[in-house]
Amino acid sequence: MVKIAVTGDDAVAQAAKAVNPDVVAAYPITPQTIIVERFADFVADGEVDTEFVTVESEHSAMSACVGASSAGARVFTSSASAGIMLMYEIVFIAASSRTPIVMAIANRAISGPINIHGEETDQMLFRDSGWISLFAEDNQEAHDHTILAFKIGEHPDVLLPVAVGLDGFILSHAIEGIEPVSRQEALDFLGGERVAKLKLDTTKPLSIGLLHLPDYYMEARAQVRDAQERSRKVILEVFSEWEKRFGRKYNPVESYMMEDAEYAFLTMGSSAGNARTAIDELRTKGEKVGLIKIRVYRPFFGEHVVNLCKNLKGLITIERSHSFGGPGGILSQDIKSALYGTGVSPLMAEYTIGLGGRDTLIRDYHIMYNRAKEAFNTGKNLPIYWWGLRE
Amino acid sequence: MPALPTDVSDEEFKEWVKEKWGYKKLPMAGSTPPGSSKFFKTGDWAAQRPKLIIENCISCLKCYFFCPDNAIKMVVGIDGKHHPEFDYFYCKGCGVCANECPGRKGDTAIVMEDL
Repeated sequence: MVKIAVTGDDAVAQAAKAVNPDVVAAYPITPQTIIVERFADFVADGEVDTEFVTVESEHSAMSACVGASSAGARVFTSSASAGIMLMYEIVFIAASSRTPIVMAIANRAISGPINIHGEETDQMLFRDSGWISLFAEDNQEAHDHTILAFKIGEHPDVLLPVAVGLDGFILSHAIEGIEPVSRQEALDFLGGERVAKLKLDTTKPLSIGLLHLPDYYMEARAQVRDAQERSRKVILEVFSEWEKRFGRKYNPVESYMMEDAEYAFLTMGSSAGNARTAIDELRTKGEKVGLIKIRVYRPFFGEHVVNLCKNLKGLITIERSHSFGGPGGILSQDIKSALYGTGVSPLMAEYTIGLGGRDTLIRDYHIMYNRAKEAFNTGKNLPIYWWGLRE
Repeated sequence: MPALPTDVSDEEFKEWVKEKWGYKKLPMAGSTPPGSSKFFKTGDWAAQRPKLIIENCISCLKCYFFCPDNAIKMVVGIDGKHHPEFDYFYCKGCGVCANECPGRKGDTAIVMEDL
């Protein structure tokens, strides 16, 4: 297998090139810009057959995507932070219109103060929109997720848009070796062109996304709710097929060194890479520590997390996001909800790290671990704590 | 999985509106067959409805042109002149016709009645 050295953004653009979508409508925003730039190159060089719609804003980008997808096209777009904030209205409409758009998000902090660096809050914020939400740990995962997302979203039992997150700059601008998927491999995996059952067709006219007053709105939303539930099975099947074809095994919730672990880090995205290295180092000192990594954030595979937590004394959540005034971090709230009533209740230490792209180094994981373990040994939980914050 | 709206006949659609189908039966993505709004009885939103006093009608067509819902048809009466006929399936009872009616010598030809 030939490897290529690419940035995370380039890895996503290469994946989109392999898929050869019918329509891409996107607007550049740091740190996602390279995705759009690279893809525009592919279009200009005739390497893809895509209709590239150069729009004047992200609101228009997502609107064009919903229109194209409603017409039965395979659609890709990409954004981050303020761009997503601007397209927010249409983000929700994309889910309720059942348009399986794939959007790569180079996760970036939200203004203000204005900041262009890595943080996952932008993608966490539309967790309630009906989108399926994936987070990548490295560039290979960002590449793979982009192709997987089309297969999951376009499945007739699902028909939901899918967000593919990669941490801004940490992945989006860092060069790593990846094994690229070829055009033929991608199309074989996806089963050829998209076949849309519900679509705008002049020979069989219909209306999509009509006004729903109180007498029909809940029914329309319940269909999105059920599609999210059905997607759980589809995600597991698609991951299993991916492993058969490409040899890379993915689970909605990943584990590392969890067999005999007494303590575990739980995180998402690129933080999992640092956690792995910290765990390797802590293991040499005899610490029984492992890693739980959330790959699929929505739908949330709570029972997978609970199963991994069964023998834990303490769980250390580390997330690159925060909910002001909330009962913990955004991710740790989900973890606590998943554990409630299961009889599995490890002590918890919650950390928010790296907001606005602040570095959290491997040595920080050692200190966070020791601080948490000390509290666990005295039977205490540690409430949400902003790691690396100056007082 | 819900059916496609294009699979639903006009007759079935009338049932759909009347029965208020649940989410398992409704087509997905808030989709409907084309021209479906003609089957919706907006008349049941009304709190009042217009009534014609034919002897005061001067066939000026003002009510016909002003009706925001196209719920007025002009039909020939026994006097051989055109007078309004209200379609209560669509009339929301807004009262614009009664407000615009000049009547005959100040006596209005359209009055609003409470429902």
